[in-house]
Amino acid sequence: MASGVLIFGEFADGAIAGVTGELLGVGRKLADSLGEELTAAFIGDGIAQDASGAFPMGADKVYVVDDPSLRLYQSESYADVAEKVLKQVDPNIVVMGTSTMGRDLAPKLACRLETGLAMDCLELSAVPETKGLIANRPVFGGKAMAEVDCGSVRPSMATVRLKSQEALDPDSSRSGEVVKVDAGLDPSIAKSIIVDSVQVEVEGVRLEDARIVIGGGRGIGSIENWGKLEELAGIMSGAVGSTRGACDEGYCELDTQLGITSKTVAPELYMAVGISGASQHMSGVAFSKFIIAINKDAEAPIFRHSLYGVVGRWEDILPAFQAKVQELVSE
Amino acid sequence: MKFLVFVKQIPDPDIPPAQFRIDTEKNTVAPPQGSSPAVSTYDELAVEAALRLRDDVGGEVTVVSLNNNPVMNVIKKPLAMGSDNLILLQDDAFEGGDAMTTARVLAAAAKKVEFDLILCGRQAGDWDNGQVGSYVAEMLGVPIVINSGKLEVNGDKIRVERTTKDGRDIIESPFPTIITAGDEIGVARYPKLRDIMAAGRKQPEVWNAQDLGLDPSKVGDAGALTKVNRLYLEEKSSQVEMIEADTPAEAGEQLAMKLRDLKVI
Ligand SMILES: Cc1cc2nc3c(=O)[nH]c(=O)nc-3n(C[C@H](O)[C@H](O)[C@H](O)COP(=O)(O)OP(=O)(O)OC[C@H]3O[C@@H](n4cnc5c(N)ncnc54)[C@H](O)[C@@H]3O)c2cc1C
Ligand SMILES: Nc1ncnc2c1ncn2[C@@H]1O[C@H](COP(=O)(O)O)[C@@H](O)[C@H]1O
Repeated sequence: MASGVLIFGEFADGAIAGVTGELLGVGRKLADSLGEELTAAFIGDGIAQDASGAFPMGADKVYVVDDPSLRLYQSESYADVAEKVLKQVDPNIVVMGTSTMGRDLAPKLACRLETGLAMDCLELSAVPETKGLIANRPVFGGKAMAEVDCGSVRPSMATVRLKSQEALDPDSSRSGEVVKVDAGLDPSIAKSIIVDSVQVEVEGVRLEDARIVIGGGRGIGSIENWGKLEELAGIMSGAVGSTRGACDEGYCELDTQLGITSKTVAPELYMAVGISGASQHMSGVAFSKFIIAINKDAEAPIFRHSLYGVVGRWEDILPAFQAKVQELVSE
Repeated sequence: MKFLVFVKQIPDPDIPPAQFRIDTEKNTVAPPQGSSPAVSTYDELAVEAALRLRDDVGGEVTVVSLNNNPVMNVIKKPLAMGSDNLILLQDDAFEGGDAMTTARVLAAAAKKVEFDLILCGRQAGDWDNGQVGSYVAEMLGVPIVINSGKLEVNGDKIRVERTTKDGRDIIESPFPTIITAGDEIGVARYPKLRDIMAAGRKQPEVWNAQDLGLDPSKVGDAGALTKVNRLYLEEKSSQVEMIEADTPAEAGEQLAMKLRDLKVI
C-alpha cells in the first residue's frame, strides 16, 4: 500500500541546494497532515556523504542514488533512477521543485505512472481521507489562480515554484535511515546529452542570492542607462534583474530576466524602475519581502504590488535617491 | 526533414489585468468584448524555429492543433507564417481533457504522420502547464529537450542551446526527437498580407478520435486525471503609499529614508 510523501531534493555546487529545504518544509506539512513519513531522495554523484543533511530539515528517511554517471542532469538516466526510487518508496504524494530538473523530470515520471501532476504550484494540501493532493497554482500568466485536484491515482504529483515555500528551522537532533539505491544504468539509454556547458562568471552578487534586487524595465531606455542601475546595485550590495521588455530592447542579458518563464527571486527588497508590472513579470518577484517602484505613469499596475511608490521619471529621482543611499550606507 | 509543430489557440494573453474576468461556472476566462484569441506565445516561437530549420535543411512543416472551436484566421496564422500543412484534431470526445488526454491525442496524430522533429511550446499561455511535450515524448518513446533556444541540425542530431541559471548548455539529441521552444528562440516573423490571404484559402485536414484509433474513454473529460476545482482571482491588497514631495529629488531622498526605516539599508 502506498504511504508517505516523497520529495526529490537537489544539490548545487556540492551542497544541498536551497530548494531542498523548501521541499522538505512543504513535504513535512503534507506528511504530517496524512500522519505518514517524509522521504527525501537525492540523485547525483558524490552526494551520499551530505544527503543526511536532509534529516535536520524535516526528512524521516533519505534515499540516495550516487553514481558517477549522474554527475550532470541527463533526462533519460534521471527519469529511470527516479522511477526506480519511486517504486521502492511507493508514496502517496511526490513533490519536486519547478527547477531545471523538476520541469523535465516531473512530467516524464507522471506520464510513466499515468498519474495527475500539477506544475509550478504555490500551495499544496493533502486530503487525509483519500490521501489525495490539492494544488493551488497561478495560471493565465499569473492573472488568475486555479485549484487543481490531482486525481485518484497514487502517487499524486506536483512541482512547487522556487522560493515559494518555507524551510523549517533546522533541528540537529533529528536523524534517520539512509537507503542507498544502485543506479544500475544502461548507458545506452541516455539520448539527449549535454555536450558542452558554459559557466558565465557573475561579477558581484548573484541575482538569486541577492538581498536587494534592482529591477529595470523598458523604461530604462538604453544600454548606457542600464549601467546606472548596475552602479546603484553595487552601492546597495545588490544585483540587477530585468523584464522581458528590457531584454527585448537589448538593454541586458536574458539570464537576468525575472518572471513566470524566467528566474524567481525572493529578496528583502525588490526595487522596480521603469517596469509596468505585468503579471508574467510579477510572478517572478512576488515573494520579495518589500517591493518599491518608480514609474512615470501613476496608473502603472506595478504600484498595486508595491509598498512605496514614486511617480516620475527615474532620471529625475534616482540620482538623489542614490546619493542618500550612499550617505546612509556609509554612516 | 519532416517537422511537426503543436500549436494551441488560447485567449489573448495580453488582456490587461483590470479587464481580466472569469467565468466561474465553466472555470474559464471570459474575454472582454472584441478580444480575439491568439496562437499561444511559445507555440508561435516553435513555428518560427521549425520554419528556420526547414529553410536551412529543407523539408515540410506540418502544424497540428487540437481544438473543437478554432477561430480560423488565428489557427491559420502558422500557415501564413510559412508552414506547409495544418491538421485539426476535432471530436466531441476531446472536450474537457487535461494535459494527459491532450498528449494522448497529439501522440496518436504524430504516429499517423511521419516526423523527424516535433516542436511545441515550453508551456501554453492559458494553463501554463508545461507538460504536454514531455508526455508526448514519453508516449512515443523519443527524447525531449525542453526550454530550448537556438537550434541547429547537426547530421543525425539536433543541436540545442539552452540558457541555464549561470550560463548555457549545448545539448544534442538524436532524431526523431521533441523540442520545446523557450524565449531564446527570439522573435516570430510577421505574416505578409499576401500569405495571410493564401493561408485563408488552404483547407486544413481534420481528424477525429476514430481516425486516430483512440479509445474514447482515454480522452477528454472521461480520460482526464486532474480536475480544476476552481478558477479564481486573487485579491490584491492595494496598500501602496505614494511618496509625494515638492521635487523629484526630494521624493528620491524620502524613498531612501523609507528603506532605512525598513532596515533594508
Ligand atoms: C507567455 C508570456 C510569458 C512572459 N514571461 C515573462 C517573464 O518571464 N518575465 C517578464 O518580465 N515578462 C514576461 N512576459 C512579458 C510581460 O507580459 C510584459 O510584456 C513585460 O514584463 C513588460 O516589460 P516592461 O515592464 O519592462 O515594459 P513595459 O510594459 O513597456 O513598461 C515600461 C514601463 O516603464 C515606464 N517608464 C517609461 N519611461 C520611464 C521613465 N523615464 N521613468 C520611469 N518610468 C518610465 C512606463 O510608464 C511603463 O510602465 C511574458 C509574456 C507572455 C505573453
Ligand atoms: N490543444 C493543443 N493543441 C495543440 N498543441 C497543444 C495543445 N495543448 C498543448 N499543446 C502543445 O503543448 C505545449 C505545452 O502545453 P501545456 O503542457 O498545456 O503547457 C503547448 O505549448 C503546445 O505546443
